[in-house]
Amino acid sequence: MRSSEPPSATRRASHASWGGGWSRLSTLEWLSLPLLVVIWHIVAVVMSSRFLPLPLDVAREIAELVASGSLVVDFAKTLARATIGFVVAMAIGLVLGLVLGRFRPADRLFGPWVVVGLNLPAIVVAIACYIWLGLTEFALILAVVINKVPLVTTTIREGVRSFEPDFDELADAFRLSTGQRLRVIHAPQLIPFILAAARTGISLIWKIVLVFEVLGSDGGVGFRVGVFFQFFDIKGVLAYTIVFILVVIAIEYLVLRPLEHRFLRWRDTP
Amino acid sequence: MFRDFRLSVPPGEVVALIGPSGVGKTTLLRLIGGVDTDFDGEILIEGQRANLAPPPGFVFQDARLLPWFDCVDNLCRVVAGIDARRAEDLIGRVGLGHYAHAYPRQMSGGMQRRLGLARALAANSRLLLLDEPFVSLDSVLVGELQTLFRSVIAEEKPTVILVSHDPQDAARLADRVVLLGGRPVRIATELVFDLPRDQRGPLDTVRLAQRIVEASQEAVA
Repeated sequence: MRSSEPPSATRRASHASWGGGWSRLSTLEWLSLPLLVVIWHIVAVVMSSRFLPLPLDVAREIAELVASGSLVVDFAKTLARATIGFVVAMAIGLVLGLVLGRFRPADRLFGPWVVVGLNLPAIVVAIACYIWLGLTEFALILAVVINKVPLVTTTIREGVRSFEPDFDELADAFRLSTGQRLRVIHAPQLIPFILAAARTGISLIWKIVLVFEVLGSDGGVGFRVGVFFQFFDIKGVLAYTIVFILVVIAIEYLVLRPLEHRFLRWRDTP
Repeated sequence: MFRDFRLSVPPGEVVALIGPSGVGKTTLLRLIGGVDTDFDGEILIEGQRANLAPPPGFVFQDARLLPWFDCVDNLCRVVAGIDARRAEDLIGRVGLGHYAHAYPRQMSGGMQRRLGLARALAANSRLLLLDEPFVSLDSVLVGELQTLFRSVIAEEKPTVILVSHDPQDAARLADRVVLLGGRPVRIATELVFDLPRDQRGPLDTVRLAQRIVEASQEAVA
């Protein structure tokens, strides 16, 4: 017997901290990023400040860019593109993954397409979309979606293939309806894969949206960093990078981790 | 697998289907439970076709709990028409009262089996189907679980079809033992135990198990 004490108390405690991604950080995790800033400061002092500005100078630059409004506008544009691309790609990938995972002939016919999609260089997709559709918002988002869909599809397909047939037998024995089967048996088995796809998807989309913005757009983080590059403005580049990283961390700890905690609690409970 | 096969079980009887592994015991149970529907013939439960009747309480070879639900949800979300209160009653009935909100992996193997029984009882059917419910458990747990089954049978008086390869299980629980064999499957022989379940001591169990073994040897010969 693993534990003689009823675990309901621990369950309630972990339930209460729902949404508090921050509260589960350990001391070492809290020290991790400040340590990086300290190292940066030391390196910046040693090197000349033209190539690497001090952290404090970059912080001032951020404050100025925020005050002038341009940073907020750029981030809003990039976030909007990434969000739309992410949602559309997740939706399409989910459907394709379900179909390919469930129906063997479909997988035989279209599986190789997914492999092609996985290996398409992101930049080629973007250039092709820009040539065919012009330097439009639609072309940018379409390129993001094309890059992302194969990854989601393969992850979801793996999830569907790993469905436990014993649980379907249970559903048969207790006469669960199709809807109940989906909610009670299939969705819980798929959720870890959806979360994994979301996690890899977010990090991938961030990166490619920025590259595509450098390539052709009228604003956004990537576009602005491209402009800074033309002026060799390393301070501006770093200012944008840091805000960018802060946004990504916020999404990780305020959205992704609480979601994982909520849906995967049954796996982590001791 | 089955041809001209006929078996009837009167209400309230505990019948054990015994036979070598692979003979088709589990297949038969799955047909009765409406899990497999691809067959010719007729299975009637209280006069209704098996797949249309309310689902019998099914106990699987493993506990087969959904790991993402706690005990209460494992009952409420799987069995139609029961609420949390009824689920908690049943969980208490199988001795897991303190674990109503534990996840299956927080419980021992024996406790998981007991929850599996609670779920079968929740189906609220007059028929319980037990598919090797004691397999791969140590002897202490088997004893514990069989005692629980006995008291459930004594109280609820369900009709029970027990599939097992172990004569001991049948000797402790069954009113009637049906030995299956051959291909297509036929009933090799039947034994009826007159001694009531709750009056069987350890020695009686050994004696009855011995009768089952002898009967099956005769059937083979």
